[in-house]
Amino acid sequence: MAKNQYQLVTCWINGREVEQMVDVRASLTDMLRGDFHLTSVKKGCEVGECGACNVLIDGECFNSCLYLAVWAEGKHITTLEGLTGPNGELSDIQQAFIDETAIQCGFCTPGFIMTAVEILNRNRLYSDEELRKLLSGHLCRCTGYENIFRAVKKTMLRRLGMLDDPFLNT
Amino acid sequence: MAEVGKRKPRVDAYDKATGRTKYYEDLMPREALFARIKHSEIAHGMVKSIDTSAAEAIEGVVKVLTCFDVPNIPFPTAGHPWSMEQSHQDVADRLLLNRHVRYYGDDVAVVIAENEVAAVQGVRALKVEYEEFPFVLDVQKAMEDGAPQIHNAYPNNILKHTSLSRGNYEEAIKEPGLIRVEGWYETPSVQHCHIENHGCYAYEENGRIVVVASTQIPHIVRRVVGQALGRPWGEIRIVKPYIGGGFGNKQDALYEPLCAYCSTQVGGRCVRLDCSREETFVSNRLRHAIRYHIISWLRPDGTFAARKLECFSNQGAYSSHGHSIVAKGLGAFPQQYQCANVVGDAYTVFTNRPVAGAMRGYGIPQAMFANESHIDDCAKAVGMDPLAFRHKNLMEVGYEDPFSKNVNYFDSYNQCLAKGKEYIDYDRKIAEYAKETGPIRHGIGVAAFWYNTAVYPIALETSSNRMQLNLDGTVTMQCGETEIGQGADTVFAQMAADVLGLASYRDVNVVSCQDTDITPTGLGAYASRQTYVAGFSIRQTGLLLKEKILKRACDLTRQAPYNIDIVDGNIVRITDGKKLMTLSELAMTAQYDPVNSEHITAEETYTIRNNAYSFGCTFAEVEVDIPMCKVTLTNIVNVHDCGTLINPALAEAQVHGGMSMAIGYGLSEQLLFDEKTGKPLNNNLLDYKLSTFMDHPHLEAQFVENPEPTSAFGTKSLGEPPACSGAPAIRNAIYNATGVAINENPITPHVLFKYFTQEGLIEE
Repeated sequence: MAKNQYQLVTCWINGREVEQMVDVRASLTDMLRGDFHLTSVKKGCEVGECGACNVLIDGECFNSCLYLAVWAEGKHITTLEGLTGPNGELSDIQQAFIDETAIQCGFCTPGFIMTAVEILNRNRLYSDEELRKLLSGHLCRCTGYENIFRAVKKTMLRRLGMLDDPFLNT
Repeated sequence: MAEVGKRKPRVDAYDKATGRTKYYEDLMPREALFARIKHSEIAHGMVKSIDTSAAEAIEGVVKVLTCFDVPNIPFPTAGHPWSMEQSHQDVADRLLLNRHVRYYGDDVAVVIAENEVAAVQGVRALKVEYEEFPFVLDVQKAMEDGAPQIHNAYPNNILKHTSLSRGNYEEAIKEPGLIRVEGWYETPSVQHCHIENHGCYAYEENGRIVVVASTQIPHIVRRVVGQALGRPWGEIRIVKPYIGGGFGNKQDALYEPLCAYCSTQVGGRCVRLDCSREETFVSNRLRHAIRYHIISWLRPDGTFAARKLECFSNQGAYSSHGHSIVAKGLGAFPQQYQCANVVGDAYTVFTNRPVAGAMRGYGIPQAMFANESHIDDCAKAVGMDPLAFRHKNLMEVGYEDPFSKNVNYFDSYNQCLAKGKEYIDYDRKIAEYAKETGPIRHGIGVAAFWYNTAVYPIALETSSNRMQLNLDGTVTMQCGETEIGQGADTVFAQMAADVLGLASYRDVNVVSCQDTDITPTGLGAYASRQTYVAGFSIRQTGLLLKEKILKRACDLTRQAPYNIDIVDGNIVRITDGKKLMTLSELAMTAQYDPVNSEHITAEETYTIRNNAYSFGCTFAEVEVDIPMCKVTLTNIVNVHDCGTLINPALAEAQVHGGMSMAIGYGLSEQLLFDEKTGKPLNNNLLDYKLSTFMDHPHLEAQFVENPEPTSAFGTKSLGEPPACSGAPAIRNAIYNATGVAINENPITPHVLFKYFTQEGLIEE
């Protein structure tokens, strides 16, 4: 096996342009955790089954464990760390996860929030069934998904100005 | 003021919502070497040789350790408190690596390397030569004469057999006119599937061994690592940071002993040992698959004359928690339903399957699947509604268990059943669904459960606590009980705030990380014990700290001790409500007193010698598509009496998670094995069907709050109970919908096809 399998990657991580030499075999999870210490990117299976490592790449959510680090060239990557404001301000979906008791052990939380961001940023009204399907790429063993669902749905309705709609907010 | 009983956000919620919370792997030193395990690829046999030369030649491989290298010190792994009585100690049948391999996935060697790739390549390059033995996977076949012998000390592979007897079964069944109901019930092997896999890292520091681990039980793991390595327990330090769920799998010493040993073999350098998801399924722990045989003798009025139970618990290859799991279900059997004449036998049997240990419910989800399914069979046999049958026969109010001394103080069972019945609209729907005849049928099922709180009197129950008054008037608290995701730290803070008279639970800084060098000794997260047992030590320690604070306050304010108290973080004269000083002023004055400086702290241990019944039930509603052999769960509610709720929001969340686990247990989850090789077939999250967002309806969690009289805060167990009654409720709903009694779980389309074909509902 060749010894030198490194390649330079230039990309934006949480709004900052970075350059990094990465092993061409490394996953984006490896790069974000190992090189940038972005430890919100969690490893639950490393084969795209659980969703704990999800990050946004150019606004679209991916399992970072299935995405090679070298593919990040030129991309804008957002991890959960990037959602929090410079003074620790929480985004609406982070606050909703707290308010709705959607967090228990916290291990699936970062991935779930990133997928929720992708869904919410479309500014569309989804039915309960559609929302469940959109979130079903994540596994959680603590919450039974119940409060996670409520956090995402309430945030969706709040953004659309429909939170007080008694028909929708059930 | 009063924080107990309020819906409060978790104390760790902000950090978890921002990704700051550190789990063991997030704390990993960069210099850590990678350890990877070579697992056996046969179900049973003896390692004859391991050729390590190719592995050792790989660049980056530092050391290869095999089953021929490790010390011959058998050790136990179960997360039970140590017992001073040898007969109560756990079975010591593990070695760090094994020559005699007993399941497909057993540990035979470990490769330590500078990087992950070299470690993985090293494991692949090992050449293991085995002498293969016959193997056995089925629990009853393993008990037969001539079955493969898995541990020499246990003839017929029986780890333990216990019996119970109440009344006179043989005489009772002679009563004329009895109706006999008999059934065999089969439960599967399932895995905990916490999203964070188990892992740890270990290094030496000043001649001692430090292990940072994803564990529920740091103080117990310290003892086990000491035992396994033949080192004094004081030379071991276990650090438990936040963990990504445990559910009982991490209530066992998993790879902490091997990881610690690896570090000692590379000069004390830091070694990391991370389980992959595939290893977590096979080489950690499972929930015991248990087979039950129940015979009930019923009078025509729907009461029990006599009952008989046999349980066969599949232990897998090593003893781990062993017989205590099936024994818990055996013990529940005569308590849950009123019957004067009961006999029972429970066997825990070694097989060549992965090791079974603790998992949420500790034998009760299995026992409830069997018994609550059987109760519906009994109700049908006497022509009674299953709910009415339960009201008639469930444990009576005032019942006191002769062994645990638990008392059924309230009418909890009937109250829970009534609440669930109302939510699901039972009477109306049962009547409506009874008229259905087409291929799509609907049904409602109910199941109740029995659960204890903590482990007294079977084992020690102790809790220690340390509090210090900080200079700003807040309190820092250390508990031996561990936060594993359930919200323990938050309810501990709420309880402490109330005992001390602080303004907010936010004024209590719970040190979440347990470090056995620093943290007061605690036993950890298991047995749904922590809120109950920590409540005692929090109250006792809080009262001591308060006494010290008020003593100082008396000196400083010149007031009589009975006229002052702490209210909302202030020293207050209660006769007129006058605020005399803040806790911060008191702490500062005490600390910086030039003559009599005092750092105000308290530390106490409380030995708990009580236990408490926790009760509840599930109602499930299903739609069954008979030709498609498909079940859709359309509605489900759990009702619990866990005493006083410390934090209703967290309690509901706890129930949701347990219900989800029960739904998976009922409908989709099972670890499968190749009968020809013993190889696990679906040890990954794609093929093992964990419930997803798409598999649940709304999960409704409700409570009946009867304050537990023995408890420091009126509370009792809630951690495991939500996982106990869901699967049989679903089974009974399918029974109600189709008339087909399915005596095995998970109830997959394959299982439905078999039963529906047998019963003539569909043609093959």
